[in-house]
Amino acid sequence: MSATVDVLAVLKEKFPSATPRPSLDLPAVNLPVGDVPAALKFLRDEQGFDFLVDLTAIDWAEGVAPRFTVVYHLLSTVRHDYIRVATDCPSDESPAVASVVSLWAGANWHEREVYDMFGITFTGHPDLRRILMWDGYPYFPLRKEFPLAGIDTPLPDAEIMAETGARVIAAPMAGGPFVAAPGEINLTEAEPRAKDESWNERRAKPDA
Amino acid sequence: MVTTNTEIAYNSKIEGEVIVSRMDSVINWIRTNSMWPMPMGLACCAIELMGTASSRFDIARFGAEVMRFSPRQSDCMIVAGTVTYKMASAVRRIYDQMAEPKWVIAMGACASSGGMYRSYATLQGVDRIVPVDVYISGCPPRPEALLDALMKLQAKVRLERSATNLRRA
Ligand code: SF4
Repeated sequence: MSATVDVLAVLKEKFPSATPRPSLDLPAVNLPVGDVPAALKFLRDEQGFDFLVDLTAIDWAEGVAPRFTVVYHLLSTVRHDYIRVATDCPSDESPAVASVVSLWAGANWHEREVYDMFGITFTGHPDLRRILMWDGYPYFPLRKEFPLAGIDTPLPDAEIMAETGARVIAAPMAGGPFVAAPGEINLTEAEPRAKDESWNERRAKPDA
Repeated sequence: MVTTNTEIAYNSKIEGEVIVSRMDSVINWIRTNSMWPMPMGLACCAIELMGTASSRFDIARFGAEVMRFSPRQSDCMIVAGTVTYKMASAVRRIYDQMAEPKWVIAMGACASSGGMYRSYATLQGVDRIVPVDVYISGCPPRPEALLDALMKLQAKVRLERSATNLRRA
């Protein structure tokens, strides 16, 4: 653990704006958005954190400020240690952080996915397009206000929509999200199923 | 037809090399026994489709072993897996490129109904964009179930009025 304490202390010394971030597992640190590229470069080049394991984001829900947090997980293949760096996006309406594709080429698709799901833009990204949903999809599905079932929208291909009459519909939930029961010995019971079967497409959901 | 032949079965001495049948059954016989699949493998069900094609289950026994990756050479699209909305347009386009006559098997819960993916990204049943002939339940269905579906489809094709349809086309 000594190496762990070291890197946080060293980072704090170099970037006084860094504040410790509560964490149950990895050493973690909060940084203001402006310091992130320099701090990540410092961690990569001088502290041996050479591998970007994950780049993701958190939506703390509408009305919470700051609303969006971008999270970086780094691994050092030299020290065999992880570190988590988090930064709050200054704007809740048009969240943006600097791209780290120039530090790790692997950040490219991670940033595209975060953009696709949360609508956070990465300034300086070489090719910031949606990666999972199609171009022109009007929503950001992992934002808290977006319903799991989806929202009625046109199909990505207008020609096929005209031909088939199909649309992107809000999926029928038939009694809540389908979930499996983990740790169930009886495999039939563990099968994915709607956990609340008191309602379905034909019978409306009872009020609370 | 008036004939002096009292034999019920085919008699080569009398009929020589001629076999009398109906156009429909000849065409259907040809179609059912060489139904080349278009493997639309989109998710985990595709693994089971591959298993069905391999030696243990051997879909060749039913004349459907020639998986064609060109829609223009295939007769039966096997939609094996989760159809996302993004993929749906490609599935429909490939279906459109297949030559008539063509059939569709929806393999597994996902292709049939969206399965457990009641979500914003998944097409809730491939029958929303292409006409499906046979649905297979299961997640994933066992290879036997796919073979059963193929036999059901063959039984269905055997009843088609192919000759009439040909004349109309
Ligand atoms: S039905 Fe099950 S096995 Fe088949 S594609 Fe869907 S999730 Fe995978």
